[in-house]
Parts: sequence; structure tokens; C-alpha cells
Amino acid sequence: MAEETKAPTAHAGSSGGESRPERSGGDRPERSGPRGPRPGGGPGGPREGGRKYFRRKKVCKFCVEKIEAVNYKDVRLLAQFVAESGKITPRRLTGVCMPHQRRLSRAIKQARNIALLPFAGRAQ
Amino acid sequence: MNRNYELMFIVRPDMVDEDLNKLISTLESSVTSAGGTTKTEVWGKRRLAYRVGRFNDGIFVLMLIDGVGAVVHELERRLRVTEPVMKFLTVRTDEELKRLDKIKKIRDSKKKASAAPAATAASVTATPEAGTETPASAPV
Repeated sequence: MAEETKAPTAHAGSSGGESRPERSGGDRPERSGPRGPRPGGGPGGPREGGRKYFRRKKVCKFCVEKIEAVNYKDVRLLAQFVAESGKITPRRLTGVCMPHQRRLSRAIKQARNIALLPFAGRAQ
Repeated sequence: MNRNYELMFIVRPDMVDEDLNKLISTLESSVTSAGGTTKTEVWGKRRLAYRVGRFNDGIFVLMLIDGVGAVVHELERRLRVTEPVMKFLTVRTDEELKRLDKIKKIRDSKKKASAAPAATAASVTATPEAGTETPASAPV
């Protein structure tokens, strides 16, 4: 098994990205064990069938950095999840997990109401 | 039943400190007279994200309130009739605080529990893994 996983890893290393699909054959069952917060089945997983390019697996910033309090007052944090146009960035682009996206979007909407974030366009 | 609230409001940037302090003290007294407690933070002048009326910035004030819902009702009524107040937002925070407390407790207990057995478990599992699984487990 060790050889099996080793060969594609080396091949993938040349293409730059992390080797996700190849590796998953070997150690998938173990990885489903007691690990840290796992983002729900996001993109980059089973969807890419072509194996031509490798996408880095997106992880939820809030889970990784253990930010639990998503507050409307923390403009700097919220601004990272707001597009240039003022829209809330979709989860599929940021990799935020669903529970945190709910809190995040609520906080952004509250911040908009109190003029900490713009409804549309950049903050002046 | 007491609850925690956060009340943030914005007053006009041209409001003088004296008037602002007067406004804050009247709001605070209306909370304390109803049996609640408050803590007020004045953020000072800040740029607004969008124009409100003809103002581009405002003075932000945050009040942390511990009291019943009627208190908030009264405060909001007062803010609404106060001319220089441009915007206000009330958020109930007690459930969020409870949730955060719970998470913190769980994390602390996990830290304590994992500190002792992790050391012994790591030494046992590390040796067989080192021989067979290093190529697979290394890039994780």
C-alpha cells in the first residue's frame, strides 16, 4: 500500500498542487476517524474526475482558526467575506462551513444595518 | 427574566460631547430605574459605510444591557424620538454568550483530557506507523 500511494504522490508533486484524489484511495478510511473540524463535502473532492489539475481543498476559516464568535462589530473579519460589490461571498468560493456561513451572513446583515458595512459598493 | 442585549447607536458627528454624555446618562438611568445594569462604550467618530442623510460619518456608541425586554423597548422609543440619533441596532446576546461558554468549557475539558492519554497513545502508535505508513501520512 505504501508503494501504491507513494508513486502518484511524487507525480503530483511535479504538477504543483496537493495530491488529493490519489491519496484518498489509501488512507480515506483512517482519515474519517477522529479528526478536527471537517468542512462538509466541499468542492475539490469527488467532483474532479479529470485528474488534470488539483484544487487545494478549501477549509472553513472559522473552524480552522477556532473563531466561534462571529460578531457584527468585527468589521475586519466580516469584510473578508464580502465581495467588492458589497455582496456576501458564496460558500462555494470561501469554503466556509454551513453553520458558520449562517452566523456570518447574519452578522454581515446586522453590520450593514448599522452602517459598518455597505449594502452595495465599496465603503467610502 | 434578565437577558443580555447589545444596543449600538450612531449619533450625528456634529453633536458635542456634553449633549452626548447627557443622552447616555439619561439612557443609562432609564435602564437602572427598571432594575437593569449597563455598560457603555463610546467608539468615537467613525466613517460610515454609506451616506446616512447628509452625513458621511457618525459617533458610534455601544451599550451592553442586562435587563428585561421592556427596558430595550423603552430605550428604542427614546432613541427614535431623539433627533441626533441616526441609527440604532439592538442584538440579543445571552444565547450567544451561553453557547460560547459551552464551547469554551468543552474545549477546556478536552485539553485536560487529551493532555494525559495523548502522550502515552502517541508513543504506542508512532512506532508501527513509522515503518509502514509514512508516505501516506506525511503530507496530511
